[in-house]
Amino acid sequence: MTIDIKTLKVEPRRQTYANIARRFGVDKPASRYEEATLDIQATANFHYKPLWGADHWHFDEGRTAVVMRDWYALRDPRQYYYATYNIARANQYQTTERNFEFVEKRALLALMEPAWRDTVEFYLLPLRHAEWAANMNGADMCDRGYGTAVTAPCLFAGVDHLAMAQIIGRIGLALDGNTGTSLERARERWMTAPEWQEIRRLAEDTLVIGDWFEQFVAQNLCIDGVLYPLVYGRFDAEGQRAGGAGVSMLTEFMSDWSAENARWADAVIKGAAAESPENRALISGWFATWSRRAADAWRPLAMRVLGEAAGAAAADEASGALTARARKLGLDV
Amino acid sequence: MNAIGKLGLKQRYALLTRGLDWEPSYQPRDKVFPYAAFEGIKVHDWSKWEDPFRLTMDAYWKFQAEKERKLYAVLDSFAQNNGQLGLTDARYVNAIKLFLTGVSPLEYQAHRGFAHTGRHLPGIGPRIAAQMQSLDELRHVQTQVHTISHYNKFFDGFHDWQHMHDRVWYLSVPKSFFDDARTGGPFEFMIAIGFSFEYVLTNLLFVPFMSGAAYNGDLATVTFGFSAQSDESRHMTLGIEVIKFLLEQDPDNLPIVQKWVDKWFWRGHRVLGLVAMMMDYMLPRKIMSWREAWDIYFTEAGGSLFEDLARYGLRPPRYADVATAEAEHISHQNWAIFYQYTHAAAFHTWLPSDEEMDWLSEKYPNTFDKYYRPRLEMWREMEKEGKRFYNNGLPQLCTTCQIPMGYTEPGDPGTICFRTSEFRGETYHFCSDGCKDIFDDEPEKFAQSWLPVHQIFQGNCGGASVEDVLRWYRMNLGADNMDQAGSPDQRQWDAWMEARRRVAG
Repeated sequence: MTIDIKTLKVEPRRQTYANIARRFGVDKPASRYEEATLDIQATANFHYKPLWGADHWHFDEGRTAVVMRDWYALRDPRQYYYATYNIARANQYQTTERNFEFVEKRALLALMEPAWRDTVEFYLLPLRHAEWAANMNGADMCDRGYGTAVTAPCLFAGVDHLAMAQIIGRIGLALDGNTGTSLERARERWMTAPEWQEIRRLAEDTLVIGDWFEQFVAQNLCIDGVLYPLVYGRFDAEGQRAGGAGVSMLTEFMSDWSAENARWADAVIKGAAAESPENRALISGWFATWSRRAADAWRPLAMRVLGEAAGAAAADEASGALTARARKLGLDV
Repeated sequence: MNAIGKLGLKQRYALLTRGLDWEPSYQPRDKVFPYAAFEGIKVHDWSKWEDPFRLTMDAYWKFQAEKERKLYAVLDSFAQNNGQLGLTDARYVNAIKLFLTGVSPLEYQAHRGFAHTGRHLPGIGPRIAAQMQSLDELRHVQTQVHTISHYNKFFDGFHDWQHMHDRVWYLSVPKSFFDDARTGGPFEFMIAIGFSFEYVLTNLLFVPFMSGAAYNGDLATVTFGFSAQSDESRHMTLGIEVIKFLLEQDPDNLPIVQKWVDKWFWRGHRVLGLVAMMMDYMLPRKIMSWREAWDIYFTEAGGSLFEDLARYGLRPPRYADVATAEAEHISHQNWAIFYQYTHAAAFHTWLPSDEEMDWLSEKYPNTFDKYYRPRLEMWREMEKEGKRFYNNGLPQLCTTCQIPMGYTEPGDPGTICFRTSEFRGETYHFCSDGCKDIFDDEPEKFAQSWLPVHQIFQGNCGGASVEDVLRWYRMNLGADNMDQAGSPDQRQWDAWMEARRRVAG
């Protein structure tokens, strides 16, 4: 026997918003990413020039020298909108939380050789300040950028950096018995230790970059592209021989994050560079400047952590991998 | 590992977050925070800032992800079950049209504005709080677009909400409000949006729309409303903390903050006139009158707030008394404007029924029967004769709030209120003393206003005829605009209700 449920036949009169239908040339159901992202920033008929910068409107394509016919061409391959972003990160952090419990329960950090433990304190803990600069840059690019497709993920990346700064802080507290002394020491090193000064100078210089897309290239490609492979790849591998498995577990978030975030950063840079020879030349120039600076800034710390020769080689290797990545993105390198 | 001492929440938060900042030495501080000084606000010690939430990022993700999972489950179910059939009446949908085209883009502006202050406030505590609010505001615009996506499939007037927001005459009222806040400095933005809007006035925007949804069977909208409530309470807390902090930091801040409180109260009051009309005229099932809402949420709640702030020397906003007196009139005057110009609007209007008129008489015993009922009854007679009134002239707009000059003199509801100022050889027109004062304080800013009617006359809006302009707005003529009666929305609704009666047998 079949049961016939009586329902009203209710036909939709359109499938999606008109701006989406125009983009696709057809009125068909759109994804939530598309409806919540495409064209949702105002583009025209602004009323007043900002008191804090009358040379532009508050939404203005002219805050970068990069020119796009359509800024919404630079989509996020992860298709993050607020809900999917938050749910993804909440899930990811559950693992981090479990890892903290596991490491604490087994006292894994106590297994580290004392010398390596000092090294971890030296290279990992001050990094939270660099993450904080990256956080400010994310908010800055969201503020000054153009088109929600790019600007929303910039803020996501910014607060991701805050989260990673806080993970590093938690590791510090786990190392110093919740006294905060290791974090105080780390701040002192960030301010004065010679190995950290070029990194700090680099961070401060990115805070004042005038062109937001240059800032994007500097932060999301060049700095992140050197820092994460070095710290969570090479330094971490070195630690494996000195009982550092606990640290690897506590920083797993960063390894996963950098691979995921790079997919997005690469898509944006590749798309912008492919738009025109002018864009490609600009972005390639920025890449040349900031990738060199990133490798140079990190070399002294790598030498301190890995030894002089191995450290210099690791910095060169990270820089080489970054250059190969940039070539794949269509940059002239 | 060392023995683990338990840290208090406050101490732990301070170590994980407040300690991240440092004093730059490779770049000068005023280059890193270039907008911190020009407004004249003095902050001597950012470390005095007390963090009201102490949310680390992981806690933020956890709470918010949980809320999103629940919300989207409801939205999916609403769409699957054709939840729009459960509305009280098709007229209700017009309130949601006003919301998507007028309010959701403001949520987006708030998202970007708080990203700006989340970068530029020189104290790390408020900077992080602003970043979280920036995320929340993105949430609000995106969940609204997703909620209303379902309505867009079945009703007119939603399809080009952002395009319209940038162009349509009445939408320049909320748009210019937020453009004004965005183009102020970071401290003005925090007072304009964080304090005046979120703390003083948000209950008059959010509660009416969300209660209206609840009263009228709109389960989707009421769900996002509930879901956003805990975000809103964080935003209100940030707003109040900021104003107290600025007032505590230096006595010189008081006159600056007072000026912003005065300005943004009046700006907000003018925008909220749209909500007033929504409550009194657009909801098929009414919650309470605008007058009642104003008494509860502004006169009472605002009154005790400003009593509390009096110890800093802050007084209630200038013209609060005028706004309170206007609560007797504003919904009627606004609805009359939209009734006349509904051929140029992306939502429908109609005349209230007898029962609705009686409700208005009861709620507005001092004004409705005396000033507003006769006009509505005259229009009803005209409708009966087949002469539904449309005003084919273009109205003069107030340079500040951009609303057509339809408001009356304080204490004299028979006379339209006009004010003017001269600036650089031009005359600028205003609907009120409040709007004139705002202009006079920043004439360079407000002389720039993109006034829709001026722009139409200057030929910047698609052409010379009303139809050209409406096409430039991307309105579907005969569907998005005109009276509710006879609209495709209404015809479809009637067909659904008829089919439902047949199915019910």
